[in-house]
Amino acid sequence: MKTHKISQPLSSAGVHLVLGGYTLLALFPIMLILINAFKSRAGIFDDPLALPNAETFFIGGFEKVLAKSHFMLYFGNSLTVTLISLALILLFGAMAAWALAEYKFRGNRLLALYLAIGIMVPIRLGTVSILELIVKLDLINTLTALILVYTAQGLPLAIMILSEFIAQIPKELKEAARCDGVGEFKIFFQIILPLIRPAVATVAVFTMIPVWNDLWFPLILAPGEETQTVTLGVQQFIGQYVTDWNSVLASLSLAVIPVLIMYMIFSRQLIRGLTSGAVK
Amino acid sequence: MKRMPWHIAVFLAPAVLVYSVFSALPLLDTLRLGFYATTDTGSTHFAGLSNYLTILTDPAWSAAFWNAMWNNCKFFFIHLLIQNPIGLVLATLLSLKGLKGARHYRTLIFLPTLLSVVIIGFIWQLILSPLWGVSEGLMAKVGLADYFAPWLGQESSALITLALISVWQFVGIPMMLIYAALLAVPEDIVEAAHVEGASAWRIFWEIKLPLILPTLGLVTILTFVGNFNAFDLIYSVKGAIAGPNYSTDILGTLFYRTFFGYQSQVGSPTMGAAVATLMFLVILAGVGTYFYFVQRKLTRYEL
Repeated sequence: MKTHKISQPLSSAGVHLVLGGYTLLALFPIMLILINAFKSRAGIFDDPLALPNAETFFIGGFEKVLAKSHFMLYFGNSLTVTLISLALILLFGAMAAWALAEYKFRGNRLLALYLAIGIMVPIRLGTVSILELIVKLDLINTLTALILVYTAQGLPLAIMILSEFIAQIPKELKEAARCDGVGEFKIFFQIILPLIRPAVATVAVFTMIPVWNDLWFPLILAPGEETQTVTLGVQQFIGQYVTDWNSVLASLSLAVIPVLIMYMIFSRQLIRGLTSGAVK
Repeated sequence: MKRMPWHIAVFLAPAVLVYSVFSALPLLDTLRLGFYATTDTGSTHFAGLSNYLTILTDPAWSAAFWNAMWNNCKFFFIHLLIQNPIGLVLATLLSLKGLKGARHYRTLIFLPTLLSVVIIGFIWQLILSPLWGVSEGLMAKVGLADYFAPWLGQESSALITLALISVWQFVGIPMMLIYAALLAVPEDIVEAAHVEGASAWRIFWEIKLPLILPTLGLVTILTFVGNFNAFDLIYSVKGAIAGPNYSTDILGTLFYRTFFGYQSQVGSPTMGAAVATLMFLVILAGVGTYFYFVQRKLTRYEL
């Protein structure tokens, strides 16, 4: 009984052909870059599809990227910005979500609506004034500027997802704690926060990726050599070395590889987070 | 039970503060700045609708604006007509019962979505480059060598090519959202229809598709907002000038050039704010339409 849906009208082989074909299409460009990053210039041009062999193996591109650009610095910057923004979004977001979901107070719905505007209206549209503000605060070319803007960018969605989740927490848990005289802050930090961990994972996924990949705000708020993120650093590096194929391919690979490793480790949680977040 | 308002305020304060100062107020301030003009000395004064009149009626400005607007619409329609149907097909196949390896397909197809648009842009630029010849070589293998062209460099095809690159990267999002919606379709309805003798094809069109329509609406509006706010891909592949001959210029790149200036033109924060305001209105119109038509049927997404 359970197999009837696949037997017709599409045969199982046809389904695998379509999905396999599309998977190939999705992976081919990335694989091609990774393969050729480890080849000499001659190897890259003579046979782009071949794997590196003893004759064509060459890692001069990587050596050059690491020597000519501050790649490790960019990487550290991206990591700092992403992790601190993420921590702030999750903490502030969970606190606000708890307040909105748990307490009845005047203006609750209005405040929720105000915060929700940021889900649909991109923060980029306020760039002119954001830049002005960051200049006024003397935060231009600092990672702090990026962290503040990304935190503001991530909060609306975080609050929406987390308050949906908090609303589902059984009342008895909180009431029991209150009867024992536990304070509201203790309830939040010791009972609620551990309970919403699965939702936190979902929010982390939605929040982290756009922050790590963003070009716009690093380009405008922190273009200085010391504060470049990986995305901006690679963009600028490639602009400079556009004809040096080894370096270009190596810098692209250096940007891709950390994400691939993270994805290999976390893909299951990530996709579960995505699909469960979407069903809500 | 005592509920002192002060602890509510403490819970809300950090989020409301950061969000207001760095997102909501700058947005409002940008809308305000759109009504101001900058003088040569850098001071600003109220100028009413003059920025908007310039953008919409001054020949030099309006040509650039409508070109970017029209390109942006094309960019969006290509996504709508190609990305979402492909996402729907992939999600439908993935949700088939008893499909082996569904998890692996899903994971791998979603991979490009995670990478930076900048990186994806450069990767495709290399692959499509006539200098490297990878695409030409592949096409030659199936006898299509004559059809190869430097698509990214031609005025007639650059925008479409960029849109397709973006579709290629982001097809994972509609796929995942639709997939999740398909999994949420109650099993007993499908089973009942099957017992009644409905074919898989009919079950899909008459039961599953109507049930996932809200998700298709959500995907469409997410794509719309993303597209009318896009910048990174065009900027990294084509630069702020969005060549050749502005054929890939969209609102995001126009905004950037207006704000920061390029070549001989001096940037203007107030003109930039006016362009941003127009982008805001476009996005608002799209989101408004979505809520008006789609959201009414969709109780779970309400906030």
